[in-house]
Amino acid sequence: MRILIDCRGKNMTSTTLDQGNTNADGVLLTSDGIPLKQKLVQTTKKARSRAFLLTLPLVLFLIISFVVPIGQMLFRSVHNPAGTNVLPNFAVAIKNWDGIGFPSEETFELFVKDMQIARKNREIGKTVGNLATRMNYAIPGSRSLFTSTSRKLSTITEGPYKEALFKIDKKWDNQIIWRNLKRVSSDYTIAFYLAALDHKYDDNGNIVAAEELYQIYVSNFFKTLRLSAIITFLCLIIAFPVSYLLSVLPLRTSNLLMILVLLPFWTSLLVRTTAWIAILQTQGVINDILVFIGLISDDGRIQMIYNQTGTIIAMVHILLPFMILPLFSVMKTIPVSYMRAARSMGATPFTAYRRVYFPLTLPGIAAGTLLVFILAIGYYITPALVGGEDGLLISNLIAYHIQKSLNWSLGAALGTILLVVVLVLYWLYNKLVGIDKLSFG
Amino acid sequence: MAANDAFVRFEKVQKSYDGETLVVKDLNLDIAKGEFVTMLGPSGSGKTTCLMMLAGFEPATNGDIYLDGQSINHVPPHKRGIGMVFQNYALFPHMSVAENLAFPLQVRNMSKAETQEKVQRALDMVELGIFGDRRPAQLSGGQQQRVAVARALVFEPDLVLMDEPLGALDKQLREQMQYEIKHIHERLGVTVVYVTHDQTEALTMSDRVAVFEDGVIQQLSSAQELYENPKNAFVAQFIGENNKLLGVVEKIKGDDCTVKLDDGTIIQAARINVNSVGERTSLSLRPERIEIDPPKSMQNQLTGDIEELIYLGDHIRVRMNVAGNSEFIVKVRNRADKRELNEGQKVNIGWNSSDCKALDVL
Ligand SMILES: Nc1ncnc2c1ncn2[C@@H]1O[C@H](COP(=O)(O)OP(=O)(O)O)[C@@H](O)[C@H]1O
Ligand SMILES: [Mg+2]
Repeated sequence: MRILIDCRGKNMTSTTLDQGNTNADGVLLTSDGIPLKQKLVQTTKKARSRAFLLTLPLVLFLIISFVVPIGQMLFRSVHNPAGTNVLPNFAVAIKNWDGIGFPSEETFELFVKDMQIARKNREIGKTVGNLATRMNYAIPGSRSLFTSTSRKLSTITEGPYKEALFKIDKKWDNQIIWRNLKRVSSDYTIAFYLAALDHKYDDNGNIVAAEELYQIYVSNFFKTLRLSAIITFLCLIIAFPVSYLLSVLPLRTSNLLMILVLLPFWTSLLVRTTAWIAILQTQGVINDILVFIGLISDDGRIQMIYNQTGTIIAMVHILLPFMILPLFSVMKTIPVSYMRAARSMGATPFTAYRRVYFPLTLPGIAAGTLLVFILAIGYYITPALVGGEDGLLISNLIAYHIQKSLNWSLGAALGTILLVVVLVLYWLYNKLVGIDKLSFG
Repeated sequence: MAANDAFVRFEKVQKSYDGETLVVKDLNLDIAKGEFVTMLGPSGSGKTTCLMMLAGFEPATNGDIYLDGQSINHVPPHKRGIGMVFQNYALFPHMSVAENLAFPLQVRNMSKAETQEKVQRALDMVELGIFGDRRPAQLSGGQQQRVAVARALVFEPDLVLMDEPLGALDKQLREQMQYEIKHIHERLGVTVVYVTHDQTEALTMSDRVAVFEDGVIQQLSSAQELYENPKNAFVAQFIGENNKLLGVVEKIKGDDCTVKLDDGTIIQAARINVNSVGERTSLSLRPERIEIDPPKSMQNQLTGDIEELIYLGDHIRVRMNVAGNSEFIVKVRNRADKRELNEGQKVNIGWNSSDCKALDVL
């Protein structure tokens, strides 16, 4: 680039000035009369298609491993077809019910017949159990009504179906069951988002806050944000002087120290985390030492793990390199002459640091904090191991719903909200700092 | 110069970084107020180290440095009040040009109005009055250089240090900046210690030049002195172009001596840095002091075989073989009545014994 400019400065002649011919529309033409733009596209086409081919594996990989799963998650969070899968005919019929009184006798007949078919169905997603689970989300404790009734339904062979059903279990004589069944009969629902935000449909179909006992998600989101912020801040405080030291030491020493910084990367995450358990637990190294030197009594051992403290300590340790690396790479490029210039102009070491050095490290700070914060907000394994109940983060709840409770829709809704929160924070960050100013090293 | 009117004074200063080798060996240097002194020397000869010791960024391992009569060994850099121009300018990239210039005034708690006025005056001085709002990166190399000079002067220090400030500029710009810096120095009367490895720069700008080699000042004198009367072979080689003839001292008589070159030729030379008969010596001879078809009055008369002619406009460089040395250069002025020269020709050459210095052998 520079060379180009230099050449022009020296060799510019009158012919180079009026070199570009233009046609009637003022479009620049080459000397052969082809529009310049078109010619440029032609000449660079090969290089560009080669560049595209080179990135193709990555693009495919990203689509398969990133775009598709996220799309699936977004879809699953609003899509739950248990109702229509298990009771296909009933699901159509109940849509016509206005929610007053009970559905019509024909609808009851369809319900009974669909249930009888479903009882014999072994196809995953289409069993009575699937419907029972789905209904249980809507009306906690309603699961057994469905499973027990389905076993007795074979006795009903002819109408009136409504009375027959009520005779099997009196609980069917309840509008709320049927209103919820109507709602479940729709494939698309925001019920899981409501649940993820500690809300629910009440018996009349209005959106209300969940019972206090069940309000766990919103507070956990805030806890996750708060802990991530604390972890990020601690990482910054610790990493800043370390990175500074690394950047001023002679190369050999700093490389050695850098290896120590990176050492955690070479150890399994599990090993590192369990090491913290050994160190921090009530019978662990730190407590033993404190008891030994008499700072605390044997029954006054400090609980440092299986709570938020444990999560914070272990995660600061694990995420520290992600703060050090961008900081180091930025500090490494700040020449000593800047500080010297500031000093020579009369600035005290502190002023020189505050007004010259620190502002120049901001791209590294911005990149490091963003990196650590985003990693912390979605961190899963460490809080699961050392967080106890108090130190669990939102990702642990998501994992719980994906692996244990198997309420994938709720897990997906939580995941989607987390994604949105991260994107909003990222957007805010971009507004405040400017993503183009970051330097990840 | 008397010790007490030296403004800057290095006294037996030594510097070692590793405790094994001395980078600066026994440096003694007095600089008067308002003087422009240049440290000239090849890369690695310890010039920057001297400047850093003076600015306070490196401690002297031994010896004392005085500023205005006070020892400053224990004064931190920000209290020395020394302006500095760094090789890569060290302009703060996150501040505008005006903010850069305001920095030294702000840390001195100067009022806003006064700061603004001085900044503007400094910018006008380097003819960058309208560039105050730009970032350094938006300026050309030459403009950045001027900002760096302005910033080093804006707080009116008595002493300004410049470490190869023009090293990154192209030739034309460098020559222009040499004059600008020189003029600023004359106008403001500040003392300047200037570091460069470019001898032309040193000779054109300085009142005095200290030629550095291997941590030792080889010669400290005016540009003319350095060129006309180099004290040793290093200075003769380093400053300007120079023909070197090796031989042995045959006879010494006062300030003159007779030297027998390695091929047996006898040369009359000025005795500068030889002490005894039988000593090996290198004769130093400037190419422009040699005459082709010399007048009979010249003490040294030889012949040379022309090997190459290089046309340079104002003069012609003639490379010839003289007394076994085929790198012997003669500069011939391009006059209308000049004699026709051809490659392969044998010509008579000659020079005065006073232009031929008998120096030590490197
Ligand atoms: N900070 C330093 N640590 C160790 N050695 C140094 C340092 N700075 C310079 N040196 C050594 O000191 C010698 C002189 O360096 P310097 O003063 O920069 O020379 P100059 O400016 O004349 O090129 C060189 O050999 C260099 O390697
Ligand atoms: Mg240097």
